[in-house]
Amino acid sequence: MTVIFYLSAIIAVAATFLAITRTNAVHALLYLAVSLLAVAMVLFTLGAPFAAALEIVIYAGAIVVLFVFVVMMLNQGTATIRRERAYLTPSMWIVPGLLTLVLFAELVCVVAWVPEAAGAPAEAIGPKAVGMALFGPYAIAVEMASLLLLAGLIGAFHLGRRDEE
Amino acid sequence: MTPIAPEHAVALAAVLFLLGLIGVLVRRNAIFVLMSLEIMINATGLAFVAAGAAWGQPDGQVMFLFILSMAAAEVSVGLALVLRMYSRFKTLDTDAADTMRG
Repeated sequence: MTVIFYLSAIIAVAATFLAITRTNAVHALLYLAVSLLAVAMVLFTLGAPFAAALEIVIYAGAIVVLFVFVVMMLNQGTATIRRERAYLTPSMWIVPGLLTLVLFAELVCVVAWVPEAAGAPAEAIGPKAVGMALFGPYAIAVEMASLLLLAGLIGAFHLGRRDEE
Repeated sequence: MTPIAPEHAVALAAVLFLLGLIGVLVRRNAIFVLMSLEIMINATGLAFVAAGAAWGQPDGQVMFLFILSMAAAEVSVGLALVLRMYSRFKTLDTDAADTMRG
């Protein structure tokens, strides 16, 4: 588990560095997705499987897709199709693909090892404990988070409207 | 099967946060600035989970959940602002929007 932690940490740092140094937004988003997957692996090795699952579902799923939508909306133009073809030249996806392959190998290792090791990391905190804490002492904070999400929804709706004038 | 040293996890969070901060300071493209902000928020969440794991308490993951919802709200509003900015200035350069009215 320690080896997997350090390997994922290296992948996370490398992918993040590559993400912030790209000039093309789509390539940067590829690296950002790899970085978030690596951080999810780190969270799993730290004994937080629920947080790791949420990291993949919300960060690598929802937020990166939101970025991709915006990049697509900003890309309207005549040169779009040519540019989109240029997005997926092999030299561009081979490095994120390799990093993801390493992450996948780690995942296979973890899944293969877990049954004998009886619970992945030494003291994993499962979703049940998190849920008990979330809706016990933190119930008011949950309400506040829901208010925040509602405010974000209204704000995004208001800002996203087209100008009528 | 030794547990991960929490110092190393927090150091990883610090490095990721620093990379995000460099991205915010160096990049001028609004989408890259938002991505760097996401990296920073993610790094703070990682630090919370590492601290929670070090003490064996679920509170770190609870805070991670709140940070996650905050990041989701932030990115939706931020990307809506980016779209507005593009429709108004026809560019994503943050320096184009450095003047305030009034």
